[in-house]
Amino acid sequence: MTIASTTQQICFVLLSAAVVLGSLGVVLLPNIVYSAFLLGGVFLSVSGLYLLLNASFVAAAQILVYVGAVNVLILFAIMLVNKKENLSAIPGLALRRVLSGLVCAGLFGLIMRVAFTTAWALPGPVPVGEEATIRIGEHLFSDYLLPFELASVLLLMAMIGAIVLARRDVFASDVITGEPVDQGLIEKARTPLLIETPNPQLQETR
Amino acid sequence: MTASPIPLQAFLTVAAVLFCTGVWGLINSRNAVRVLMSIELMLNAVNINLMAFSSYVDGQLIRGQVFAIFVITVAAAEAAVGLAILLSLYRNRETVDMERFNLLRW
Repeated sequence: MTIASTTQQICFVLLSAAVVLGSLGVVLLPNIVYSAFLLGGVFLSVSGLYLLLNASFVAAAQILVYVGAVNVLILFAIMLVNKKENLSAIPGLALRRVLSGLVCAGLFGLIMRVAFTTAWALPGPVPVGEEATIRIGEHLFSDYLLPFELASVLLLMAMIGAIVLARRDVFASDVITGEPVDQGLIEKARTPLLIETPNPQLQETR
Repeated sequence: MTASPIPLQAFLTVAAVLFCTGVWGLINSRNAVRVLMSIELMLNAVNINLMAFSSYVDGQLIRGQVFAIFVITVAAAEAAVGLAILLSLYRNRETVDMERFNLLRW
């Protein structure tokens, strides 16, 4: 990396602050649309951290896959399921939050202890720097060829699985109740099968 | 080689904060979409660790970067399948409240 070390440190502090504050916002904000956009900000900041580590290819992959695909997918999912619902209160929610916060703080302390007491093999070999993309290509087509090909199979399986899970089944008659289904307005016409409101016709068949 | 201006432990700290935030959100979220977002946060924390170790400890054979690419691939597949499951769950129960997905609870 050719930029000055002070600039790198300033960039690191800014990006880290963006990552930490953004992730806290993702978890804590009540509006989930804000959370989704903050998640995109966190992904962008993480790719900035990768750029500080001289990994331009992974930074580009991070932006393309996470910001371009995963975040957009999450936004579409929010739009599809965004119904205003009043969540019923659960007893002991505050206690659960405090307890899980303590558990997470303990986990953080443990990780910090490992990170600061382990004698890492530093300084390691000279980083390849800008040749990282070439090295990744060599790895992917020599010693990591099998995982690379398996990743393509995995993506195909995920694509087919997502289509199968998310599509609407169009049958002439409802499988459970036996009544004919309105083909045009399936979502409106079909009663949800597993909803908790008492439905005498469904209670028999269950 | 001059020492890097940013210590390795700084990257590990950021990744640990991100991971713990993700774990907390995973436990405490009521909305199922937010649970998926927390999982993405945790995967990103792991990726930061992999990239930092790849640059500081394994600078010549950057195996951590290859692993990070595979993690990104699996994360994309996981997000697609997870959101598809969420969508079909929403069609059947008309809610995204995690507390009401208790059909298989003992």
